[in-house]
Amino acid sequence: MNSAAGIAFQLLQSVFVVLAAPLFLGWVNRCRAWLQNRSAPSILLPYYTLAKLFNKDAVFARDASPIFRWTPYILFGCMWLAAGIVPVLATGLPFAPAADIIALVGVFALARMFSALAAMDIGTSFGGLGARREMLIGFLAEPAMLMTLFTAAFISGSTQLTTIVDTLAHREFALYPSLAFAAVAFLMVLLAENARIPIDNPTTHLELTMVHEALILEYSARHLALIEWAVAIKLFAYMTIGIALFLPWGIANAGDWSALPYAFAALAGKLALAGAGLALIEALLAKLRLFLAPEFLSTAFLLAVLGMLTHFLVNG
Amino acid sequence: MASSPLAGSLAVALAWLVVAGLIPAGNAAFARRFAFPLGALAGVALAAFGLQAVWLPSQTLTLPLGLPDMPFHLRIDPLAGFFLMLLGSVSAGISVYAAGYFGNEPSGRLTLITLQYHVFLASMAFVLLADDAYLFMVAWETMALSSYFLVITDHHLPAIRRAGFLYLLIAHLGAIAILLCFGVLHGGRGDYTFDALRAAQLQPAWASVAFLLAFFGFGAKAGMLPLHAWLPEAHPAAPSPVSALMSGVMIKTAIYGMVRVIFDLIGNLRWEWGMVVLTVGAATTLFGVLYALMQHDLKRLLAYHSVENIGIILLGLGMSMVFIGFGHPAAGVLALIAALYHTLNHAVFKGLLFLGAGAILHSTGLRNLNDMGGLIRGMPKTAFYFLIGALAISALPPLNGFVSEWLTFQAALQATIVQHGVVRSLLPLFAATLALAGALTAMCFVKVYGIAFLGQPREPAHRTPVPHAGDAGSMERYGMAWLAAGCFVLGLFPTSFLLILNRVGVSLTGQGLSEQALAGSGWLWLVPTAAGKASYSPVIFLVVIALATLLAFLLVRRFYHGRVRFAAPWDCGYPEQSSRMQDTADAFGQPIRHVFGPLYRMDRRLPGPEDAEPRYTLKVEDRHWYWLYLPVARAAEFVSSKIALLQQGRISIYLLYSFITLIALLVFVR
Repeated sequence: MNSAAGIAFQLLQSVFVVLAAPLFLGWVNRCRAWLQNRSAPSILLPYYTLAKLFNKDAVFARDASPIFRWTPYILFGCMWLAAGIVPVLATGLPFAPAADIIALVGVFALARMFSALAAMDIGTSFGGLGARREMLIGFLAEPAMLMTLFTAAFISGSTQLTTIVDTLAHREFALYPSLAFAAVAFLMVLLAENARIPIDNPTTHLELTMVHEALILEYSARHLALIEWAVAIKLFAYMTIGIALFLPWGIANAGDWSALPYAFAALAGKLALAGAGLALIEALLAKLRLFLAPEFLSTAFLLAVLGMLTHFLVNG
Repeated sequence: MASSPLAGSLAVALAWLVVAGLIPAGNAAFARRFAFPLGALAGVALAAFGLQAVWLPSQTLTLPLGLPDMPFHLRIDPLAGFFLMLLGSVSAGISVYAAGYFGNEPSGRLTLITLQYHVFLASMAFVLLADDAYLFMVAWETMALSSYFLVITDHHLPAIRRAGFLYLLIAHLGAIAILLCFGVLHGGRGDYTFDALRAAQLQPAWASVAFLLAFFGFGAKAGMLPLHAWLPEAHPAAPSPVSALMSGVMIKTAIYGMVRVIFDLIGNLRWEWGMVVLTVGAATTLFGVLYALMQHDLKRLLAYHSVENIGIILLGLGMSMVFIGFGHPAAGVLALIAALYHTLNHAVFKGLLFLGAGAILHSTGLRNLNDMGGLIRGMPKTAFYFLIGALAISALPPLNGFVSEWLTFQAALQATIVQHGVVRSLLPLFAATLALAGALTAMCFVKVYGIAFLGQPREPAHRTPVPHAGDAGSMERYGMAWLAAGCFVLGLFPTSFLLILNRVGVSLTGQGLSEQALAGSGWLWLVPTAAGKASYSPVIFLVVIALATLLAFLLVRRFYHGRVRFAAPWDCGYPEQSSRMQDTADAFGQPIRHVFGPLYRMDRRLPGPEDAEPRYTLKVEDRHWYWLYLPVARAAEFVSSKIALLQQGRISIYLLYSFITLIALLVFVR
């Protein structure tokens, strides 16, 4: 691999993820509108919303501390970092060894901690409520997520996402029962971590049930836009981690320009399907009560553990 | 002198004693201006000597002190060097802080504190330097006693005397176990040097007995479950720099003792021992963090987190014993490195957090989180340092807590090489415990930081509001800055510490990390097994995240206007808002009580519909008091009340006892 090409790939992927993430969100919203028999908004609507928010005047609560002001940028930075680690288009990116899957989970935890702190900064009742619910979901989801990733790490003997994907993408086609368990667990964690139904409803503003919305209640204008954008990148990153772990075929090697169009096409196809699937899940399920979230996520944890044990049993 | 870290360390320990002894009674200014800064300087020197000792072969020295036939033996090897480095560097920051913190103490008390404080430091250095069981126990007991006197600094309060007694009791239970353990190792040969103990060939059963005694004895000092009860009582009772020293450094000497006795003296590790350590470690981790989430007293909360972190260290030690027991020393050394790395990390960030709690206490007089709020405006610098500590303890990259948890995960992922099927599947589950604990810690520190530093000032329930007395003083800030810098250095340049700890591993087990790991590691890259398998680069990580954050900021600034208006909080448009509507520390823990309810002993009183003055009370207590401590205490009281029957208080009765004993001896022994 030539390093200049590698860096070019790295930059290309980072910029691509940041720019394409709202598009994926638009696609999910459009699919959901179709399923709910509504007339669908434009797939570009998230971009319009961002542009609108960026042009508004920002309003801060009087006592906002620097933590409140800096959190949107930190969130955006964290998600940008995640976008650089996950092999979306290509494996073997030069930046990938800097952070493995455990560090990736750490990035998401860092972002979560800052958003919870920012929510408590103004000192409103909803902020604290949102922060504690978000941390509740976070501590339930994190072990399940790590267990899922450990299963993949045990299969490939590495915790680097790029090595895992290389191993999984270039193996003989075989059924891994452990990966099936892990995939279901991962899907459940994805729903919880990204504030989707059945754990949280991204479109709700009902005070008593909201989690994510309660965190960002006090934000407006460009800060809100950055947070919404970061949320879109997070969903995109989770989707691409899922694709990389469970449907890795078609991914390019860094520096291999000829494989790039094929990698793009494969990714677009997989994301389109995944987005439609996410919309379907959201259309079919209802939101769970908050205190059913522990059951939902401990199920995910147990599935992930089962996946790992299956791997040990099958592969000795 | 420069080439002799042993003599240097000894000089530092003696310097501490001299500083302690030389303070003219009642001269507070001397203590403030010279004693503590000198102590800090000695700490830095000790850290340098310790670091030097890691790279040199071990050195020994015999002091012509002690009992006639038993001179004191001293020895410094990489393990002792590493812990001396920990002691020196962390205590340096705490001593600087103490110079500011104790500034307003009445001079008589201050002289006493200074004396005890430096004796405490010196005794810890001697624990680490000791090379025979005799000196070890003398230093160990001096450490326990000097810290006991520091804990009961405010001895006019009955609660503090009680806490001190509990501490002394459990410390001595532990000391008895350690003494018995040395007895077992010694086997009646009359030589108590560690060399002799190391050479002893024990039967497997006796080795296991020695292991259990050492584990129990040092565990009592470390605060492992179920012997942790003294920690949340004694640490808050002590003045804050002493809490920082006890939580940051003293309980680490117990980890040192555990590694020294189990890995070095007993040797021939068995994997079953590792499973015992892992099980206890996992329970300690979870209970520690779950009880921490229930606390509203900041220092108690931090003490419970010390329990949790000891559990994390035990998880690493246990894994190491399992791997070595199964004959995989490379993986074992990795787990040992993870455990010792976490020991150092915890010393740094827990020291920092206790100092932060002390700064709050010092400036506002508050310890109860429910009375705080909005402190970031009055004390922004303390808030900044505390945030670093909070992020570090929550194991968030790129700070230091993350590195050691990451290494522990990497060690757990070596599980595939273990031949035993059950053990192999259990190791990742212990790692999952660690993940759960890490995420719960993050929740707990969102609670601490959000409630203490963010939000609006709360109206104190029990006392008149305290005007914020402003930020911490300059000495206090230097102390915190030193430890906060430690969080960054340990987090950003882990490879240098990995290499130091690898030396420790080599000296203990004769093996180090694999060649590939050492070849792949540079200052930028942390590679515990082999490049391509796992790597982490905190520097790149930090640079990228900072650049991305800055770039986002600059782009937004460049392309959009920067207009900002300030208004009242929106809060979904509710017009009536007061600072009492914010979450309290107890409210924040409510989801935890809901999910983990059965683990707590809860006493909850809900108001009835007819109550004229509706009140809601909730009391959460440690279950261990009820199933373990109180029954044991009752049994002890019962037994002693029976024995007390012997004591009639009349001289003739006692003479009768002597007579009967004499007769019995004449009849049976002859």
